[in-house]
Amino acid sequence: MIEVHVILVLMIIGAIAAIEIEDMLSSVIAMGAVGIGLSLQFLLLRAPDLAITQLVVEILSLIILIKATVGAKMPEEKFKARIGYLIFALLFAAAFLFFSEQALRELPGFGSPLMKMGSEYLAEGLKKTGAANMVSAIILDFRGYDTLGEATVLFTSVIGVLAVLRIMRKRA
Amino acid sequence: MSLYILCFILFLLGFYCLLVKQNLIKKIIGFGIMEYAINLFFILLGYRWEGEAPILDKHQVIVNFVDPLPQAMILTSIVIGLGVTALMVAIVIRIYEKHKSFDINEIRKLRG
Amino acid sequence: MKESGMSLIVKRITRITVSLIFMFGVYILLHGHLTPGGGFAGGVIIALSFIHLVLAFGKETAFKRLDQVGASIAESFGGLMFLGIALLGVFAGKEFFLNVLPKGTPFDLFSSGIIILCNIAIFIKVGAGLFAIFVALAIMRIPVDDPGREDGR
Repeated sequence: MIEVHVILVLMIIGAIAAIEIEDMLSSVIAMGAVGIGLSLQFLLLRAPDLAITQLVVEILSLIILIKATVGAKMPEEKFKARIGYLIFALLFAAAFLFFSEQALRELPGFGSPLMKMGSEYLAEGLKKTGAANMVSAIILDFRGYDTLGEATVLFTSVIGVLAVLRIMRKRA
Repeated sequence: MSLYILCFILFLLGFYCLLVKQNLIKKIIGFGIMEYAINLFFILLGYRWEGEAPILDKHQVIVNFVDPLPQAMILTSIVIGLGVTALMVAIVIRIYEKHKSFDINEIRKLRG
Repeated sequence: MKESGMSLIVKRITRITVSLIFMFGVYILLHGHLTPGGGFAGGVIIALSFIHLVLAFGKETAFKRLDQVGASIAESFGGLMFLGIALLGVFAGKEFFLNVLPKGTPFDLFSSGIIILCNIAIFIKVGAGLFAIFVALAIMRIPVDDPGREDGR
């Protein structure tokens, strides 16, 4: 899986660029590059549903973010290094890596998942739902409540955007 | 194993950006990078060596599918992430309209 | 120039490509239970096709086809349709979200019971919701630093 490593390292470089570039428009575009890399990763890791969805979602979120930044006056960021925040971030990073290294010993290694429920779904899926795409069968049949909750969250966020921007006046 | 560690490093980069940067757009970008890392970690956990995508075929019987359950969870998570990003952008636009700045120190000073 | 959209070349090309993007979204939707895709990806693609119209033709021309009120109504309709499909199981005397419709032949286009209907409901909901978000952000534009445009339009 050398290609997954390579793309992941490229994603990390893109993330560093997105974080450190001063110009906000370039920063947003660098974040888009990270998202496209994630879409490629999904394709390599055999998740084509996610690759399609991530690609189109990335385009839309890039449009939204550019819409937010393009008209704005770019502030020249006076970089006052907040030394307290920096120390806290480094401490958190060290603790996080330490505990995650402890936890990773308990996880199954890369490439050999447990698949307690997944193998059941794969064995019974076609007979019980009639759908060939197992991801569709899971999100819409076996785990429909998840999708119902997702629809609720999306509805809430749309209501939130419309309420914050308050554009219900003057309809054509 | 090294993939997991790289994935955690990506997560920590997003967390660093969320914590240290004082530009609100940069904070949204950091949040997005954290979300990418989490989505990728779930899919890495479900991968199987030489696995195939979990889509059945009419003509052949495939036995080594990757785990479809994390994929189903992350599919909803991606769309929710878009909604969350849009909500954050809307709030940031309102803040910019009021204070004419993306810098949280300026905003904190102006909020008298 | 800001009100009437982009140049003539962009408008001409957009007339051709929008229908293709729309058709691709519907294809992704309808084959969601057989091949990769489904309601989420199809809905985002449809929202992108309408956004393409808005970006190329300007707001006024594009909103004649689907404005924000229409998008809100479509989104609510999608959510209610999803709940109604879920309630079919209750009406049949079984559990909530049970796949009660006939499954059909596997690997056919019209098979798999409620899954294709749920895909259509989610498609309407996601597409209309994301388009409503974009319209809200597009009508609202950030006031640049000249005092003539302080009212946010």
